[in-house]
Amino acid sequence: MAEKTLSEVNERIRDGSVRVVTAEEMPSIVDELGPAGAVREVDVVTTGTFGAMCSSGLFLNLGHSDPPIKIGRAWLNKVEAYGGVAAVDLFLGATQPSIDRGIEYGGAHVMEDLVSGKAIEVEAEGVGTDCYPQLGLETTLRLEDFNQATMVNPRNAYQRYNAATNSSQRTIHTYMGTLLPRMGNVHYSGAGVLNPISNDPSFQYIGMGVRIFLAGSQGYIIGSGTQHNPQAGFATLMVTGDLKQMDRRFLRAATFTRYGPSLYLGIGVPIPILNERLALSTAVRDRDIEVPVVDYGVPRRDRPSMAKVNYEQLKSGMVRIGRQEVATSSLSSLLMAREVAATLKGSIEKGEFVLTQPVAPLSLAGSARPMKQTKEFPYVEDVMSREVVSVTEDISVAEAAQAIIKSKFDHLPVVNSAGVLCGIITTWDISKAVADGTISQVSQIMTRNVFSTTPDQPIELAARTLDTHSISALPVVDQDGRVIGMLSSNHLSRLFAGRRPR
Amino acid sequence: MKLLLRVAPGIVRKPLIASVILETGALVNIERASIDAVSGEIVLDVSQEKCRQVKDALERLGVDVILLEIPVIRDDSECVHCGACVAICPTGTFHFEDWRVVGEPGRCVQCGACVTACPHRALRLVLK
Repeated sequence: MAEKTLSEVNERIRDGSVRVVTAEEMPSIVDELGPAGAVREVDVVTTGTFGAMCSSGLFLNLGHSDPPIKIGRAWLNKVEAYGGVAAVDLFLGATQPSIDRGIEYGGAHVMEDLVSGKAIEVEAEGVGTDCYPQLGLETTLRLEDFNQATMVNPRNAYQRYNAATNSSQRTIHTYMGTLLPRMGNVHYSGAGVLNPISNDPSFQYIGMGVRIFLAGSQGYIIGSGTQHNPQAGFATLMVTGDLKQMDRRFLRAATFTRYGPSLYLGIGVPIPILNERLALSTAVRDRDIEVPVVDYGVPRRDRPSMAKVNYEQLKSGMVRIGRQEVATSSLSSLLMAREVAATLKGSIEKGEFVLTQPVAPLSLAGSARPMKQTKEFPYVEDVMSREVVSVTEDISVAEAAQAIIKSKFDHLPVVNSAGVLCGIITTWDISKAVADGTISQVSQIMTRNVFSTTPDQPIELAARTLDTHSISALPVVDQDGRVIGMLSSNHLSRLFAGRRPR
Repeated sequence: MKLLLRVAPGIVRKPLIASVILETGALVNIERASIDAVSGEIVLDVSQEKCRQVKDALERLGVDVILLEIPVIRDDSECVHCGACVAICPTGTFHFEDWRVVGEPGRCVQCGACVTACPHRALRLVLK
């Protein structure tokens, strides 16, 4: 059995004789030479990924002011950073939006600006104590002015990620990008064959203390990340690095429309080929890595899976969901993932990057359980009205006016002969028709693109639909689209008033 | 070739496109149109040979015509070639070449779907 030690690998890095390949090159080497031959031929395989890593953040130490301040709240370019860590330590989260520009500028943008050498406006509110009397201050700082700027990212470099589609009738904007209605596209994230953990899924090398490429700097794996779930193939890493050593090329702020800011990061992990098992695990191919295509059109935690696909299929630009061929595209950058792996390869070959021995392996059992929710929340069926008057579209405006007077709502659902919802009219539509004088049929005034809800939907989601579309009532439909109730903003205000402590 | 038509309030109710088709005999495709009570913005797809003729005819009717030569403007210092613009484009303007996102001229209808979909805010419509 071919084997070598990490010290031997590092010795070769120092004397310049190390042989490094990227994870994309490894499968054909193992095919050709077999695992034993690959151990003799290859010392290190470099991996790389470059994508949105929302769960990222930065510890900043500002140094002490005079008079000194114990910061309660603080803003960097109007982006709030958490101040409840001692006096002048702050934690800035990547997804925190700014108070002036909203989601178009957030924590991630502050990080990119700092790395780019730009000055940041700092505003702080002090708590005011005998030892820290200062109550507030403003200052302008650049990256070099902070004592420390240490990135600590709770969850990065997912082993793989669910692909996303949308079966609903409307375009939705998510952290998986714009998803077109009726499964108009599939978005995926992740580098597949180049992904760090997919090249060492049983953590033979990857572990606490492993030195990595983190956005151009030499960072470290702290341990497994939050939601680490290796049993299901969704392991994650918690990583750290010095922002002062990072390069903007590999650290880029982003904003997902109607979602918020995020941070694109380049992360690469070197994997020493110490034995045949490591040679085999780094020979993983895109087609070996499977993910479900998940329906983001369902706004619930347990979103249905529409198909199982692998990264080879995703990267081909087209996948099959049932009988439908759907165009795919990535949201993470494969071009940049390759650059990460190639840059790391270059640093190792030049002797600038030496591998470290992990102090503990990552846990093979993780936890990504759903949240335990102890406070019950109502569903639409708990508050909706079941007495609902609906009409058909062939009636006149006058008849609709009669119906709406009898109804408790100023909305009238319009149904077809099977009782299936096909439109809605409001008292306002009727008033407009009367004022116009020439319109006589309901079919001429009804809104056909009608929003609705279902009895089993949490009330929060129905409220969000009302709010997002500035409407005041929603027909409630059953599985077949038949109208079985109405939910209006009055129900919500009653619910809210009833639940408030008196 | 794609032409962007901007129609002023005074003439928006006239059958402009029909007149131009009859006059030039060109087969045009309306790729996008947003017309309200006071003005309109239309994107036409016309064959290369008839393009000049259609443009001239429209201009004689008082329509402001712009030839759309570049798809969208991309800020290369922001683009990371992620691909968020690729599958959502209704006309297939973008594709990957060795994982680099490449825009093809002549396909864009200036709908702006890619502008909001781009996480890096690297895209901008030619005329906005």
